[in-house]
Amino acid sequence: MSEQHDPPPTIRLELLSRPDLLAPVRAMIVSLAERFGFDDIESGHLALAVDEALANVIRHGYESRPDGRIWLTIRLLDDPAPTFRIEIEDEGRQIDPSQINPRDLDEIRPGGLGVHIMREVTDACDFETRSPRGMRLVLEKMPRRRPPHDHRDADETSSSPNRT
Amino acid sequence: MPSDLPIDIETRDGATIVRPSGEVDLARSPTLRTTLGEVIGDGVSRLVLDLSQVDYMDSSGVATLVEALQQCRTRQATLVLSGLQDRVRSVFEIAKLDAVFTIRPDLDAALGD
Repeated sequence: MSEQHDPPPTIRLELLSRPDLLAPVRAMIVSLAERFGFDDIESGHLALAVDEALANVIRHGYESRPDGRIWLTIRLLDDPAPTFRIEIEDEGRQIDPSQINPRDLDEIRPGGLGVHIMREVTDACDFETRSPRGMRLVLEKMPRRRPPHDHRDADETSSSPNRT
Repeated sequence: MPSDLPIDIETRDGATIVRPSGEVDLARSPTLRTTLGEVIGDGVSRLVLDLSQVDYMDSSGVATLVEALQQCRTRQATLVLSGLQDRVRSVFEIAKLDAVFTIRPDLDAALGD
């Protein structure tokens, strides 16, 4: 996922670590995802994943400080398959990516669901540390609807838990 | 930008009904958390959370409801969720909490329990 081989960003935003900015970002993601070919549920899931990612940066990366900077980059990729890629970068507290894991859902308690939700509703969810500080998260999701030249069984793809 | 969450509260058929409207996310879930804490703290025995006017909820909203459920259980009160829209229900299913909460399709069904 080297950046030098990536196409230029379709959209690149810089925003502050303010919870009241989550709603307008979600609206933008839904609008763009629907135009990219996602259905209503998938568009909502994509917006949910971005919301959870940004909320994590705000709460944990910047410890709820409202003046941290977050960069959100969207790339609409066609090759090898239509893919909606979102990169979220910050300058907040770094965490070893190997320590970022979803918690046991059998334990009924508030909190700790964000990573699980992000992984469930996307096709890829990869954390890495960012130089010189902060974290970088890459989320990818492919539309369930396949282009006409793709002969894979739609039922097969729709049965995957992270595509519903 | 305003981030308040409108919340109606009424009492009917022996139940306290809490009805938030809009999107419950990191900006707005603290308002719901405060309201639910106050209602439960007042000694309610039957709480119905009507989510029919909530068109979005993230994990901070879900965490708020898990906390409310735990508070209700501690006080021997019941908590029923009603009227979940598809997108909101989907979050509960993803978090595998749809079997933890008592969920009814609408307010009448919730009050009929």
